[in-house]
Amino acid sequence: MLSKRNKEVLFNPLSNDNPVLVQILGICSALAVTVKLEPAIVMGLSVIVVLSFSNVIISLMRKTIPTSIRIIVQLVVVAALVIMVQQFLQAFSYDVSKQLSVFVGLIITNCILMGRLEAFALNNKPWPSFLDGVGNGLGYMIVLVIIAFFRELLGSGTLFGLTVIPNWCYEHGYMNNGLMILPPMALITAACIIWVHRSRNKDLQEKSN
Amino acid sequence: MNKNSNSYQILYAAIMVIVVGAVLALVATSLKPRQQDNIANDTRKQILSAIHQSAPSDDQVEATFNKFIVCDYLVDTTGAKVDTTRNCAFDVNMKTNIKEEHPKLPVFEANVDGATKYIIPMYGAGLWGPIWGYVAVNDDGKTIYGAYFSHASETPGLGAEIESENFQKRFNDKTLRYQDGQVATPSVEKKGTGDDQIDAVTGATITSKGVDAMFKKCLAPYAAFFASKGNGQQACDKHDCEKPDCDKPACCQQGECKK
Repeated sequence: MLSKRNKEVLFNPLSNDNPVLVQILGICSALAVTVKLEPAIVMGLSVIVVLSFSNVIISLMRKTIPTSIRIIVQLVVVAALVIMVQQFLQAFSYDVSKQLSVFVGLIITNCILMGRLEAFALNNKPWPSFLDGVGNGLGYMIVLVIIAFFRELLGSGTLFGLTVIPNWCYEHGYMNNGLMILPPMALITAACIIWVHRSRNKDLQEKSN
Repeated sequence: MNKNSNSYQILYAAIMVIVVGAVLALVATSLKPRQQDNIANDTRKQILSAIHQSAPSDDQVEATFNKFIVCDYLVDTTGAKVDTTRNCAFDVNMKTNIKEEHPKLPVFEANVDGATKYIIPMYGAGLWGPIWGYVAVNDDGKTIYGAYFSHASETPGLGAEIESENFQKRFNDKTLRYQDGQVATPSVEKKGTGDDQIDAVTGATITSKGVDAMFKKCLAPYAAFFASKGNGQQACDKHDCEKPDCDKPACCQQGECKK
């Protein structure tokens, strides 16, 4: 089940081959859903589901797909899955679907999906493709959660909607940083995470000339 | 078989689209009744939160709703009831309705601890998408009892705060004023503290303005309806009708008032 290669496929995207930190994919949605922790987590879970299943489906179809229309085929599969996730959420978990509203639709445009379908699922068997989807989805979710943690803590003084900064801080002049709520701070936070990540992983650093 | 021949590609694309289309259509139709139930229940929950009530669990939303909401009807701009069929107010699309010249205005009448409240639906535009809400007005026709707002895609942490209880409770006990048959709703503005002002959401100027505009636009056609609910008059007391010097004929049924 989990051979050495499969383990690499599953765990590499968490750090060494992280889709956001190393491949710099999916930045746009990292910026849109990271104001609060809760939507960030649900978005991460939805991406894991859609990515792993679209990987499996494309992998099953990989021998029949004509090369010149493969991107269209991938898009149709992803879009169909996303619409299905949306429909099921609306039928069985209406509150969550209300919270996610536009974000689920955003998954279709997430570059990580197309990237993984193109780079992995088209050339690999279904089981490794499934693991690859779970791994990359998790790698994406971890980064979202870290960014959302800092943005919610510093921007609204809350975590999961609960106030964590004690009142006496506000009484002594502490203020929530409104800038953290705005999109640019997501990029700056992501850049800080990449900086820390690269400085701890020497082999990822680009060689200077 | 040549995978790159034109006929293979066209056939492949055609079959794929038909299969995917069929699967999606099947999923959508089979889930539709559940989704519509959810949407109806969600509307009920929103109406209930305007009168500060909530159902103990998701299965009991309908029962709780029927307990508090006595009846619903449509009124015209003169305040006269035009349709009193049960649930007729549910089916009104506020988005298109409010633009019409002679809108049929939905009203939900609630009974909270013996007091009558009128709940009015609202629909407007925020920064990124539609916003909507419900406002409950006391039976004097001018004091706001409670309000509920929601949105499709406002910024979390900023415009989305209109959905928070903290913002909604700022509407409690504010006053609707009437001038020349027009209703002047409380205005949402920065640091508003008067009884006809509501403090806006910090950092969400456009969403706050959207709430303000929605409030004014949606309540204006109800001016006559609220005016008929005793606005500007003292509260009615049935005993007044028996007094020899009764001076409130509007409060009493025909012939009751001695004057």
